[in-house]
Amino acid sequence: MDNVTRATGTVRSRRAAAVIRFGGLIGLALAVFALVLLAFGQNPLRAYADIFRATLGSPYGFSEVLVKMIPLVLTALAVAIPAKIWLINVGGEGQLFIGALFATWGALHFGSLPAWLLLPLVSLLGFLGGGLWALLSGILRAKGWASETISTLLMNYVAILLVSFFVFGPWKDPESANYPQSAPFPDAAVLPSLFESRVHLGALFAIVGLLLFYVVMSRTRWGLEMRALGINQEAARRNGISADRYILLLMFIGGGMAGLAGMGEVSAIHGQLRPSLSPGLGYTGFLISWITMGSPSGIVAAAFLISLITAGGDILQMTHRIPAAAIHILMALVLFVVLARRSGTGGKK
Amino acid sequence: MKNTARLILRELAILASALLALGTVVPSAAQAQEKLKVGIVHIGSIHDAGYNQAHAEGVQIMKKNLPNVEVIQVENVPEGADAERVMENMIKQGAKLIIPASFGFMDPALRVAKKYPEVKFVHPGGYKLAPNMGTYWASTPEAFYLMGIAAGKTTKTNKAGYVVALPISFFLANVNAFQLGARSVNPRFETRVVFMGTFLDAPKEAIAANAILDMGADVLGVIVDSPIAVVQAAEKRGAYSIGYHYLGVQKFAPKGWISGIAFTWGELYTRFAKQVMDGTWKSEALFGNLSSDYLTISPFGPAVSADAVRMVNDTKREFIAARKHVFAGPLKDNKGAERVKAGEVFPLQGIGKMDWLVEGVIGQPK
Repeated sequence: MDNVTRATGTVRSRRAAAVIRFGGLIGLALAVFALVLLAFGQNPLRAYADIFRATLGSPYGFSEVLVKMIPLVLTALAVAIPAKIWLINVGGEGQLFIGALFATWGALHFGSLPAWLLLPLVSLLGFLGGGLWALLSGILRAKGWASETISTLLMNYVAILLVSFFVFGPWKDPESANYPQSAPFPDAAVLPSLFESRVHLGALFAIVGLLLFYVVMSRTRWGLEMRALGINQEAARRNGISADRYILLLMFIGGGMAGLAGMGEVSAIHGQLRPSLSPGLGYTGFLISWITMGSPSGIVAAAFLISLITAGGDILQMTHRIPAAAIHILMALVLFVVLARRSGTGGKK
Repeated sequence: MKNTARLILRELAILASALLALGTVVPSAAQAQEKLKVGIVHIGSIHDAGYNQAHAEGVQIMKKNLPNVEVIQVENVPEGADAERVMENMIKQGAKLIIPASFGFMDPALRVAKKYPEVKFVHPGGYKLAPNMGTYWASTPEAFYLMGIAAGKTTKTNKAGYVVALPISFFLANVNAFQLGARSVNPRFETRVVFMGTFLDAPKEAIAANAILDMGADVLGVIVDSPIAVVQAAEKRGAYSIGYHYLGVQKFAPKGWISGIAFTWGELYTRFAKQVMDGTWKSEALFGNLSSDYLTISPFGPAVSADAVRMVNDTKREFIAARKHVFAGPLKDNKGAERVKAGEVFPLQGIGKMDWLVEGVIGQPK
């Protein structure tokens, strides 16, 4: 009994120490960037106040941070889920594109369906597109033919070219003056947004994805088996856990998450398929997942910080004439902080 | 003592009346000289010596012309979720004129324009209008034809190469016009075209440029957002180059410089801002040509002969007077099929449908 209370006590104080450490590091990052701002002849306090006002300080600003977070959380999950058994999925970007491709196919070919039928269909297609694309790499890995790290990375380029093929060719909107983009989605295929903002139903997928990920990993037999596989595949195999089955399943589900991100972007944000669908969302998700070691709360925190800095960076450019390149310094500083946070949480990894 | 008090009171009264006067004068002065905030959204870096810098310099010239105009700009904004947020934030900062300076910002701009009907939008190169959103661009094939003349007269190997972002019809038309201009002065001229698949990929552009030079070309042209990589590759190998987008490209290839096509938006942006300030702005589709002040032929480099310069200038006058047409038949495509009959003209308004490359261009239009 005494031992248990002492144990939970140390856990709690360790958590508190981690939070303090994290806050301190963020403060340090902001202080360093304040010097950059001073070098540009700007008042750092006013700059930070402007960022706050335009992002977290208003319902509109906050909603826009959420809009940016949706695809990042999903693409981070696409990496974090297979990473539980040490599969390295670099293919979030490609899976996102194929998810968007499948979703577009559904939206354009079943456009006459009512929204209550079309939206689930388009979402399912998005998941399926990303999932199947990742599954290909999963099969190559399970068969021992190719490392999933390499194959997922290379298939990103194939995926983007596939989307290009369709928007340059068969799906090109005849109304678009020959620019490579599909016809606009019918209204019934556009994910509804919430509270007059641009936060769309994709947020729900992200939240449900995060919760399921957390519950399955920590509360179920599957989670236990996956953790066993992640620690020692050979031992797990001898205990009757099939690694191949998990490789296929996790790659499929992970890819599906990125596919949902692509579906959300093409449906709610772009409203039509075009080659400039994603500014590297898949790669940013990869970054988020690995610097947070795939912890669900870490994913949310890192996606939040990255979205906040992107939105805030635009404000700095507008109100303080800071070039875009300077914003990258802040982004790098904060990512270092997220990375440094880990050694503060107690574990070696 | 009493005197001092009275003195102070008097001073205070003067001060108060002065403040009151100021208070009434200042707002009316502000009304007379209304300030305008212009927001411009760039897709890339404003130091790309290309597409984005041309726009950025345009708004700087506007600012110089109109001291009452304030500019807020954001660079490196990707197409997608970010574009709309940046535009809305600019409006929240007080911008009344927005320039979403990329083709892909068209639909995001339309959505924001709908939400803020009192804010004006001018969008380059698009085809959609709204009551508060106009569009502007210039027709470029005639300018490319002129570049072809200069290149055709300057080349020693009779081979040129074009590094082009995408095989979309406007770019095919530009390359075709270049080849036709060159052929008009040099019947053995041929142009190899390579498509990048993207508007910005400097390493890939440099590789393509060098590959074209390896095949014997000595003139390089470029249709991507930043012409730097290609003109520098040409300069390094002692080849000639033709710029695009930005007037200042020449400094990256001073020796081999032939000329270039530049968008000089400054005066047009000044007109837009003035119109918004005095309430005469109206939504329209502007499509300029060689006679417009926003489509400029860059100065010629040392390699171009006086004879070539004279021919370019003569042809330019012919185009402006509409006595000459770029796509005048008979024209065959590079697979031998007749595309424009003798005596007929493929109109410049129709180049959105051009999906072929003209005879003498080596490359695939798809």
